Amino acid sequence: MASQGFRNGQSVQDLIAKSRNRKGKKITEKTMPILLFIAALISVLTTIGIVFTLIFETFEFFQRVSITDYLFGTSWLPFSGNNPTFGVLPLILGTLKVTVIAIIVAVPIGLAAAIYLSEYASDKARRTIKPILEVLAGVPTIVYGFFALTFVTPILQQLIPSLKIFNALSPGIVVGIMIIPMIASLSEDAMSSVPNSIREGALALGATKFEVALKVVLPAALSGIISSAVLAISRALGETMIVSLAGGASPTFDFSVTGSIQTMTAYIVQVSSGDAGYGTTIYYSIYAVGFTLFVFTLIMNLLAHYISKRFREEY
Amino acid sequence: MRYIDDSVVMKRMKTRLNRNKGWKALFLTGTLFALLCLVILLVRIVTQGVGYLDWDFITNFASRRPENAGIKAALVGSIYMMCIIAPVSMILGVATAIYLEEYAKKNKINDFIRMNISNLAGVPSIVFGLLGLTIFVRALALGKSLLAAGFTMSLLILPVIIVAAQEAIRAVPQEQREASYGMGATKWQTITRVVLPAAIPGILTGSILALSRAIGETAPLVVIGIPVILRFLPDGLLSEFTALPMQIYDWAKRPQEEFLYVASAGIIVLMLFLVIMNSIAIFIRNKFSKRY
Repeated sequence: MASQGFRNGQSVQDLIAKSRNRKGKKITEKTMPILLFIAALISVLTTIGIVFTLIFETFEFFQRVSITDYLFGTSWLPFSGNNPTFGVLPLILGTLKVTVIAIIVAVPIGLAAAIYLSEYASDKARRTIKPILEVLAGVPTIVYGFFALTFVTPILQQLIPSLKIFNALSPGIVVGIMIIPMIASLSEDAMSSVPNSIREGALALGATKFEVALKVVLPAALSGIISSAVLAISRALGETMIVSLAGGASPTFDFSVTGSIQTMTAYIVQVSSGDAGYGTTIYYSIYAVGFTLFVFTLIMNLLAHYISKRFREEY
Repeated sequence: MRYIDDSVVMKRMKTRLNRNKGWKALFLTGTLFALLCLVILLVRIVTQGVGYLDWDFITNFASRRPENAGIKAALVGSIYMMCIIAPVSMILGVATAIYLEEYAKKNKINDFIRMNISNLAGVPSIVFGLLGLTIFVRALALGKSLLAAGFTMSLLILPVIIVAAQEAIRAVPQEQREASYGMGATKWQTITRVVLPAAIPGILTGSILALSRAIGETAPLVVIGIPVILRFLPDGLLSEFTALPMQIYDWAKRPQEEFLYVASAGIIVLMLFLVIMNSIAIFIRNKFSKRY
């Protein structure tokens, strides 16, 4: 186009003036930011959509079931025909059982892997192991669920004869395995960002690598490590397919880990895969349970955010 | 007077060095345990499922008899669903990232958008399922269709894509933008002709990884109510469909032992799918990414 312009005897100034006055370009410059802003609003709308959906349908649920019965009831029997009860505590307890077992498994192993990768491993080893751990994080949860049901549970049953087919222990352990990479990789990031000069200072004073890791790096990276654990808890709370496949569907209000349980997520799955009619109390109950779960994970996410912001050591 | 007693130092040094060795071994064990889990998981599933994996398994529809069961409808459904998720989530995600990185000024609204995205990334997938059920399936009356599931999954992976695209855009050095402005380019021209071409490898890598997460995600599909046993292929955006993880979930729940092997075979197909997608992502990252 430029060469055409010159051929017609126009100067460069003319071309610039012409292009500046072109209407299309001006409109593009003005409208694109607005369009992009609208796209950015979609994510806000998603949050609003989630919150409103949950609140709306939960409100509907509380028209039929009293709030105190829901929050403090210790019996969750929505399918018992004559006298269904909707006390959410057994579901929360089931969720917590799985989460606690998962954290007991994942935090020590994930942290060990993080320390090894950040403090001991050679550069080459780190570059091989980290991507493999990321593969572990990319395995779909349905695969983990299948693994829990068909591999971990039978092995555990040999060790603990009283263990039921559906229990809290097996999905708890497998959820733990699932979140190991998350803890390992986030904690490793936190430890790697501790500057080397501090490590070298400690080493020069005669500290061993273990002493450096324990007394220098860990305290400096603590906020990142704790927030990674809190994020992992949030992930374990919301985990669905592992607990649906291996956890069972009987919400009980006790502290046994060998018997069948039901988590909040597993209940939503159970109702969704059955045919609870639209508009029934059971239909609305999945929103109340979903809302409860949402509040739990939201608190955890905000907490993780707060910890990593508030207690971060800046170098 | 001696400040340092060599014999004491030597004695204590030994225990300290041994402790270092012991803990190193323990840390290594932790790392190896995680890797071992992956190996056991893969070996177990391959040995269980490989016997059922043949061409008939790919081309057959679901069946009540394990030896005839196949994943045709699920495989095609998953691929169709991906064809919806990929454009929707990438257009929205990249647009949001461009806005946040290039246009957004530091004010309350934009801070809120940023905080909202990081919180959205932590919402459990099953809650997205409830959103999809209420908004897409019922309120917009899309039914249990490809479109409803595709939209739900797009929203689910949107935060991941936004963050990946933001990182890729941020990695383009400021000098390149300034050079472009210096040549007289407008902001939008700079974005489309300088920033985006440089950021596209990073954006694609992040998006493909996010997509592979959407392919393996089951919980939202269950909540939306995607049917499992379908003997036809989806014929339009509003058609019913089923997806690979749904099919695997259904098989895994069945009491007959044979179906466990069928489920393993399904998992192999799903994992192969993911391996291919991840390889493409790694290939793009290694081949096209530039360091400045």
